[in-house]
Amino acid sequence: MAIEKLSGADALMRSLKEEGVELIFGYPGGASLHIYDALFNQEDIEHILVRHEQGAVHAADGYARACGKPGVVFVTSGPGATNAITGLATAYMDSIPVVVISGQVKSHLIGTDSFQETDMIGVSRPIVKHSFLAQRAEDIPEIVKKAFHIATTGRPGPVVIDIPKDVSEPSYTFDFSYPEEVDIRSYKPVEEGHSGQIRRAAKLILKSEKPVIYTGGGVIQDEASEELTQLAKMLNFPVTNTLMGLGAYPGTDEQFIGMLGMHGTYQANMVMHECDLILAVGARFDDRITNEPKKFSLNSKKIHIDIDPASLSKIIDVDVPIVGSAKTCLSQLIKELERRSSDYDSSKLDPWWKQINEWRDKHGLNHSMLDTPPKNGKILPQQVIQSLYKESKGKAYVTSDVGQHQMFAAQYYHFDSPRQWINSGGLGTMGFGLPAAMGVQLAFPDADVACVTGEGSIQMCIQELSTCLQYGLPIKIINLNNSALGMVKQWQDMQYGGRHSQSTYGESLPDFVKLSESYGHVGIKVEDFNDLEGAMKECLSMKDRLVFLDVVIDEEEHVYPMLEAGMEMSAMWLDKDKKTWE
Amino acid sequence: MKRVVALLMENQPGALSRVVGLFSQRGYNIESLIVAPTDDPSLSRLTMVTEGDAKAVEQITKQLNKLIDVVKVVDLSEEEFIGRELLLIKLRATKDLKTKIEDSRGEIVFESEEIINVQFVGSSDEVDVFLSSLSKDEILEIARSGLSGVSASEKLLTI
Ligand SMILES: Cc1ncc(C[n+]2csc(CCOP(=O)(O)OP(=O)(O)O)c2C)c(N)n1
Ligand SMILES: [Mg+2]
Repeated sequence: MAIEKLSGADALMRSLKEEGVELIFGYPGGASLHIYDALFNQEDIEHILVRHEQGAVHAADGYARACGKPGVVFVTSGPGATNAITGLATAYMDSIPVVVISGQVKSHLIGTDSFQETDMIGVSRPIVKHSFLAQRAEDIPEIVKKAFHIATTGRPGPVVIDIPKDVSEPSYTFDFSYPEEVDIRSYKPVEEGHSGQIRRAAKLILKSEKPVIYTGGGVIQDEASEELTQLAKMLNFPVTNTLMGLGAYPGTDEQFIGMLGMHGTYQANMVMHECDLILAVGARFDDRITNEPKKFSLNSKKIHIDIDPASLSKIIDVDVPIVGSAKTCLSQLIKELERRSSDYDSSKLDPWWKQINEWRDKHGLNHSMLDTPPKNGKILPQQVIQSLYKESKGKAYVTSDVGQHQMFAAQYYHFDSPRQWINSGGLGTMGFGLPAAMGVQLAFPDADVACVTGEGSIQMCIQELSTCLQYGLPIKIINLNNSALGMVKQWQDMQYGGRHSQSTYGESLPDFVKLSESYGHVGIKVEDFNDLEGAMKECLSMKDRLVFLDVVIDEEEHVYPMLEAGMEMSAMWLDKDKKTWE
Repeated sequence: MKRVVALLMENQPGALSRVVGLFSQRGYNIESLIVAPTDDPSLSRLTMVTEGDAKAVEQITKQLNKLIDVVKVVDLSEEEFIGRELLLIKLRATKDLKTKIEDSRGEIVFESEEIINVQFVGSSDEVDVFLSSLSKDEILEIARSGLSGVSASEKLLTI
């Protein structure tokens, strides 16, 4: 093969191509001008010009969550880099593979407070899986190779590559070759679970009479949904998913008992509290799940499978910790169970299922709220989600922002496939939904992509409406408009005597229909329940237009169930004046 | 309880700041920290003393292991280990000071009419005892290295 002489910037583009990158989200500036020129001079990789760097990282993140490939971002130094920080923190908390390539001031200017200089490596350090400062053009191919390897393997996460402007300088070239393999001596993620631990887990599983499988984002990231479903089916175990894990197990399946945790279903939280065995996979027992850890599921044995050893027994002590990938460990477990379970009789779970179904019937979510027009005429947020579910036939990719609308979407849209539900679970970043939807739509141009948002969140990255026009992204924005920072207001209602400190906007909300139109899109406003179905149909029928469906909803609605802080998982508010304890 | 964690990490810019940053980020305390390159110039060895129960230290070592630059981590205090500190101390020269220092295994490394510079090597407790044998008026300046350590057994922290 002929040796090619390439500049640092050209080497970067070639390395990205070698990694199979097809799409970059970004925003140019002084320190990344050489890189943008190299981008201009090639045809393999497309670039999406966002309107704010936060949007670029969220879009790359949404792309990665939807299709499983790492998302790639270009930003410039200084403000470009700092604008990317919220996006990085979001991806870090949810373990999403994103590679952010930031321009940096010239090497000799580093440390001199030069124009647009920010210590990107330092600023991003606590919110990246790893970072690299490219000190020589020759180092770029190897750094890119390592960056993609680190971002996508083990517990995935964001990686930053900071490139000083002189390192991407076009006049300096070197012999380009792309490494075929990477070997990082200090980084060898364990895939396979310890066989002794797998056996111990299998024994506990077969002994259990009141089991539950609790899974999180790890199962989705690791493409282990099939194995999870197979395991649950062979054992007839109930399955609950975290906010990050929805879709890993089919939401419409009988064995699915809904989401668990802060706003989980009554039956899922009761099951967690009362069970005798928890099989946790790719989930991390975080505080939105366990409620008070000291009172968490005290009578159960716990098996925990996770790729990250530091997640094991971090918050809850477990009986059988297993380090390994969800997919591999679940297959190992299935094999081990098949070997042992010839006399396994799942009918011993009948009493447990009877109990679960009683819980479900007593206080489960009402999924038929569309059948009952609201008494006061005001549309309920749950009805909007149910209408979206119905009209999209359960097939849409749904991204979300943060707040009540997010919880309603998680509770009422049944996700049957992994990667179908995309939200910022860990960091809870308002502003995530729209740019993430752009990433999803670009990954799957023909899919229905809905962004369920609130009038608060959507205004945090509203500028991306312009990007959507430039690239013809027909996203459906479903705005649950309650004229308030609803989730904040709910907490103020429940814990601060209804004092709505800074959670409403007076008369200052924009006319979202006009706003959408001025960005070149379609806007539809709905206020009457009787118009909801028609508007939703119309919205989804416009296959090649972005539609902003602004739905005015009942402002008084709260999200329930809701766990009561400091208590066990069975302590839930079920509506404004009904609680399960006392 | 005091814990002594030792690790090998890539001798690269940024590696140390990641280790130190992890401690502040996760709310762990560092009581002392000492770091230098090893016989293999691509590696640095770092020893730190931290406070915490077994569970906390297990989390710390797991989180340290997760850092890409960290090659190997051990909790030395899990078993018997040898821990040593270097103390350099500047003293005001007085009459009987020299014999006192020599009696307590201190080594005089520099002296003039006004001052005596002393080095002392020992476990942290020994350093404390040595220091307490001196009076406040004699001590002008103290530099303690922080603890470095190796396990007492045949276990090696190498790659
Ligand atoms: C960037 C950011 N700032 C603040 C918060 C805190 N917060 C959580 S939910 C929420 C209200 C969101 O309002 P809206 O988007 O209208 O959603 P709603 O709860 O009304 O459905 C706020 C302010 C956050 N999650 N993210
Ligand atoms: Mg709102």
